[in-house]
Parts: sequence; structure tokens; C-alpha cells
Amino acid sequence: MSTLTPLLKNRASIAWLFLILATLLSWRLGTDHGLSSDDDHRLVSSVIVLVAFVKIRLVGLYFMELRDSPLPLRLVFEGYCLVVCAAVLGTFLAS
Amino acid sequence: MSTITRAADEKVGRPKTEQHVPGEVGTWVFIFGDMTIFAILFVTYLYYRADDPKLFDASQKHLDQTYGAVNTLLLLLSSLLVATAVRAVRARKVQIVPWLIAGAFSCGLAFSGLKIAEWHEKVSHGLKPATNDFYMYYFVLTGLHWFHLIIGLFVLSFLFYLARKPEMSKRQFGFFEGGACFWHMVDLLWIVLFPLLYLVK
Repeated sequence: MSTLTPLLKNRASIAWLFLILATLLSWRLGTDHGLSSDDDHRLVSSVIVLVAFVKIRLVGLYFMELRDSPLPLRLVFEGYCLVVCAAVLGTFLAS
Repeated sequence: MSTITRAADEKVGRPKTEQHVPGEVGTWVFIFGDMTIFAILFVTYLYYRADDPKLFDASQKHLDQTYGAVNTLLLLLSSLLVATAVRAVRARKVQIVPWLIAGAFSCGLAFSGLKIAEWHEKVSHGLKPATNDFYMYYFVLTGLHWFHLIIGLFVLSFLFYLARKPEMSKRQFGFFEGGACFWHMVDLLWIVLFPLLYLVK
């Protein structure tokens, strides 16, 4: 453990805690049957999709270490998150 | 002489502001190519869902979200272990690296086991790719992701082999970083697939 502890004192570990909490939140939201109308489902589903894209951005920046990569590589990744999130949400909401 | 110590020295010694491409540029062409194919599949799935949202939502009710959520947690844990392994190589704490990679590999194996159990459960209840469009997408998307996970397990095996070497060359460390990023991509794709298939309605 004495070897592991300093290695875990890192931004990636904080990102990881956030990722776990966000997963549990989405799981809870996505399985909550207390919602009545379709509009509620659409709103909650949109939030869940947004959270998923925030999560993959964190995986890219802190696990793949793109935060410390040259700007073009980071921009391609940030662009991917933004464009795919917009396309997924747009297609979902258009239904 | 290019040894792990030197590779590590260069990494550890680099100023905080210095930028660095993890792995090799070729790795990123491959990773973004794969991510783009999946992005197209995400949108295609939602596009066809729009044709018959009631059928998709009714079919989704037969999925067990627990499988999807536990698998997400397993991949997140494996990603943390792999990211920590990369930092451990840099910090020259090499003795812990094989353990971290073996831990990540076990998480991946558990994911695969749960996925196969879930498929088996569905098929034994008569829910097959031919059942309807939802199940066709469910099996294609989870199957394609599983295929990537299996490739990822082979990649992790090679990282384990590298981690057990007393010395890692700079080129080998580049492969180590690139392999780690491939594993993170397997995690990243599942982070989107899980809500799309299991939660969104």
C-alpha cells in the first residue's frame, strides 16, 4: 500500500471518484419508475446522455492523459465529445 | 542504452508544461477511427429507435440494468488500475505494475463473463437478434464492444509481459501507453453504450 498511495494521489483518482458517482446517479435515474409522463423520461434521458459525454471527456483527459497532450490531439478529442454528444442528443430528441 | 530508467527519467524529468502524445500517433488514428465507427452506430441506433420508440422501450424493459451498471463499474476500476500502472512505470515503481495490470485484466474478464451470462439469459428467454430491431442492435452493439474488449485483454496480456521485464525501452513504454489508451477506449465506448441501450427511453 505504501507504494500505491502516492500513485493514487492524483487528478485521475479524483476524476475516477466522479465517474463512479456519475454512474451510480445515472443508474438510479434510469431505473426510477416513479416518473409518469413521456416528457419526464425524455428530460431524464437527456440528462443521462449529457452525463455520459461528460464522463467520456474525463476518461480522455485524465485516463488517456489527453489533458497533457499537444493541442491538436486534445482538440480532436474535445471535438469528438462535443459533435457526437450533439448528434446523439439531437437524434434522440427528434424522435 | 535505452532502459526503463532512462525512459522514466525523461518522463519524470519533463517540465509540467511540456506536452506529450501518449503512445504513438498511429495509435490515435486507430483509436479515433474506432470511436468514429461507434459514434455512427450510436446515432444509427437512435435513428431507428425513432421509428418505433414504443417497441424499443418495451424491449428495453427486459434488460437488467444491473448487468450494465456493474459492468460500467468494472471497466472504470480497470481503467483506474491501468492509468495508475502507467504512472507507476514513470515513477519507477515497477514492482507494482504487473499487479495493477493483472487487476485490470481480471475486471475485463469479469465483464466478459457477465456479458456472456447476460446474452445466455436473453437467448434462453427467446430474445434473439432476429426478435426485433431493438434486440438486433442490442446484440450487434454489445457484441462489437465485447470483441474490442477481447482484443483489449490481449493488449493487457502484452502490457503484463512488458511490465515484468526488468527494463522497458522508450519504444516499449510508448507501446505501454498506447495499449493503456486502447483499454481506456473500451471503457469509454461502454460509458456511452450502457445508457443508450439500458437507460434512455
